[in-house]
Amino acid sequence: MRTIVKASAAPVSLRARDLRHVPLVVALAVLFVLGTVMKPDTFPTTSNMVTILTLASEIGVVTVGMTFVIIGGGIDLSVGAIMALSSIWATTVATQSYGWAGMAFAAIVVGLACGLVNGLLIAYGGLVPFIVTLASMVAARGLAEQISDRHSQIVTDATFLKLAYNRVLGVPLLVYLFLAVVVAGWLVLNRTTFGRRTFAVGGNREAARLAGIDVRRHTLLLYVISGLCCGIAAIMLTSQANTGSSTHGTLYELDAIAAVVIGGTLLTGGSGSIAGSILGVLVFTTIQDLFILANLQQPIQEIAKGAIIAVVLLIQRWNRRTT
Amino acid sequence: MRTSSPLLTMRGIVKTFPGVRALDGVDLEVLPGEVHCLLGQNGAGKSTLIKVLSGAHRPDEGEIVLAGEPVRFPNPTAATRHGIATIYQELDLVDGLSVAENIFLGHEPGRREARHRTEQLLARLGHAEISPPTLVGRLSPAAKQVVSIARALSYDARLIVMDEPSAALAHDEVANLFRIIGELTASGVSVVFITHRLDEIRQIGDRITVLKDGRTVARGLPADTATTKIVPLMTGRSVDHVFPPRRGTPGKAVLRVDGLALAGHFEPISFEVRAGEIVGLAGLVGSGRSEILETIYGARRRTAGRVLVDDVRPARGGTRAAVAAGMGLAPEERKSQGLLMLESVARNISLASLGRYSRYGWHDRRREHAEAAEQISALDLRPPDPHRPIRTLSGGNQQKAILGRWLLRGCRVLLLDEPTRGVDVGARSEIYGQIRGLAEEGVAVLLVSSEIPEVLGLADRVLVVRDGRVIAEHDAAELDEHRVLDMIMEGSVL
Repeated sequence: MRTIVKASAAPVSLRARDLRHVPLVVALAVLFVLGTVMKPDTFPTTSNMVTILTLASEIGVVTVGMTFVIIGGGIDLSVGAIMALSSIWATTVATQSYGWAGMAFAAIVVGLACGLVNGLLIAYGGLVPFIVTLASMVAARGLAEQISDRHSQIVTDATFLKLAYNRVLGVPLLVYLFLAVVVAGWLVLNRTTFGRRTFAVGGNREAARLAGIDVRRHTLLLYVISGLCCGIAAIMLTSQANTGSSTHGTLYELDAIAAVVIGGTLLTGGSGSIAGSILGVLVFTTIQDLFILANLQQPIQEIAKGAIIAVVLLIQRWNRRTT
Repeated sequence: MRTSSPLLTMRGIVKTFPGVRALDGVDLEVLPGEVHCLLGQNGAGKSTLIKVLSGAHRPDEGEIVLAGEPVRFPNPTAATRHGIATIYQELDLVDGLSVAENIFLGHEPGRREARHRTEQLLARLGHAEISPPTLVGRLSPAAKQVVSIARALSYDARLIVMDEPSAALAHDEVANLFRIIGELTASGVSVVFITHRLDEIRQIGDRITVLKDGRTVARGLPADTATTKIVPLMTGRSVDHVFPPRRGTPGKAVLRVDGLALAGHFEPISFEVRAGEIVGLAGLVGSGRSEILETIYGARRRTAGRVLVDDVRPARGGTRAAVAAGMGLAPEERKSQGLLMLESVARNISLASLGRYSRYGWHDRRREHAEAAEQISALDLRPPDPHRPIRTLSGGNQQKAILGRWLLRGCRVLLLDEPTRGVDVGARSEIYGQIRGLAEEGVAVLLVSSEIPEVLGLADRVLVVRDGRVIAEHDAAELDEHRVLDMIMEGSVL
């Protein structure tokens, strides 16, 4: 019986799944061709590929958390602000006295705590995710400014900076950290029962509740995961910038949401993938890299980004309708 | 009035949907200024008929004559333009707009004019106290209904169709609704009134048309026709499916409901369901039957009483505790409450058993898939493909997947709310067989259905629910369709 079932399994569902990342892969390929043609000396080099991955690291880690939240039917606008607060808290004079481990610990704890507050208000307070995380976005950045008095806080611990500046096989450590977070995120989403519940809660909250799933606890945990990712990203950014700042992570929420959405995750929840989100991030950072190499202005880069979002979404919609 | 020519005549209306002949030659004749009542059991074709009349469905055959002129309604706007307005059960008002804005939505005459005419309309309906700028969301259900009627009148409606307008109203509000209907008909407007309650028909109806199986079985009966004459017309529908035989005697009580109540929905009720027994709740929509199921399951917070499964009270914690205690629910709205429409059949079946496949958090996908596939073949789900998106399956196969969910979980008590809604005739018999099979394995089954033959054919014992109270309890074998219908419509216990 089981073999019969397997034999008839593939056609309907698999094809759509295999094809869903095609538009993004094509976009990425087009960008690489464009880069190679425009800057044959500087673009298609190993060191430039490492640059693109480095550019992708912080936003990539934030995007992994965002993917969980959005598949679970929510949204997190506070990620950039949580990064700022984490980086400030990790670089106060008091925290720095505990050395690099204390600083990293502080960033992680602040991220988790912010995620916990978001999650409690949304899951148990019954408030709308958009509004709650909008409020914490404002409040967290405000708190970061209050603590730092709007001054950058320079990192004095040399070990802490190794994350961004030490290289293994020519690649900065923080890129390895980024890849580790991506792999962990993929495993949790696709290979654990927690991941399966995430799709269920986002796909149909009421059905999940009536099937006996603890929807509120699960929702809470999704925001905690997002907060954790923000803490990790804050460590990476602080190390890279050599400072903690209340302006770190500005507009990261929009970049992360855009990457998740062009990665094929439905904003309504219940469907999506880590791989798609990361492809989305890579598309954006490749554009960014290309524009830096070509010495083009920031505004043109923003225009290109906006156009790509629109085009990819149109292709996805068209794809979905035909399959 | 009786001698005047009809305002509306519908003749030989046929409407088919894939696999169903919803209307099979319906006739309806409405006189000017009368309250014409439309009667029929669920599935008799009332809703389809009023959708044809309001332009929401186009009939396949038949003619509609309005005030002597043959008409066609390609869309709802066309029907409105001809002076036919429909007020559906779920009022289609916008809560965030004012009373005046709602009344003139889609044909706004300008602010001052709208306000002025709103005041006139509401005064005509005897509700001058409703102020035009008030937001509709702040009004009571009864006041919203008045606004809906005012909107119908704003189109100069000659014929207003009301679909069970009294279902959501309290007693004194119903009296007020009837007064308004009386005033409308006195001014020459005709009303087509759908209700299940014979007492209401006696109170305000002029004539009755009875539908059964998509056909008109009696037309233009006087409203004071005796119940004993009306009920036989509605019953004895042609039933194409066979109910599985009842076997064996039920075991000990598995589900015990003890003084359970939900304020505003149903009064304290007590009953038990034994192992191997199917108990049916018969009642109209709004009688409290679905609320009873959902409260037992912990999806609504009870206001009194307790629920025991195998003599144990489920821990606190709503539906999760209920599932842990061995309960399962197949909800009324399959798509919005039951299914993950984006996921595969297998993942819908495993939804209630996910924890079982977790090994230190890792999900054993192979075992999950194999066990879901076993349910698919055991239930003869078609096509037998666990990977197929559930949204591509027919209603009957989707319902089987939900049964499979609880079979896989292995529950002690199964609560079924309208298990065959939207299920075609062929799959029905199979689902009946599967439900009976579950009972024979020792599961206690509690069934809610709008279809009385289904409750009588499938259940061993029947509780009749009316207005949030259990008014009778009998062995299914002692009851017939007439008696049940009579009880839920009249409230009289024979």
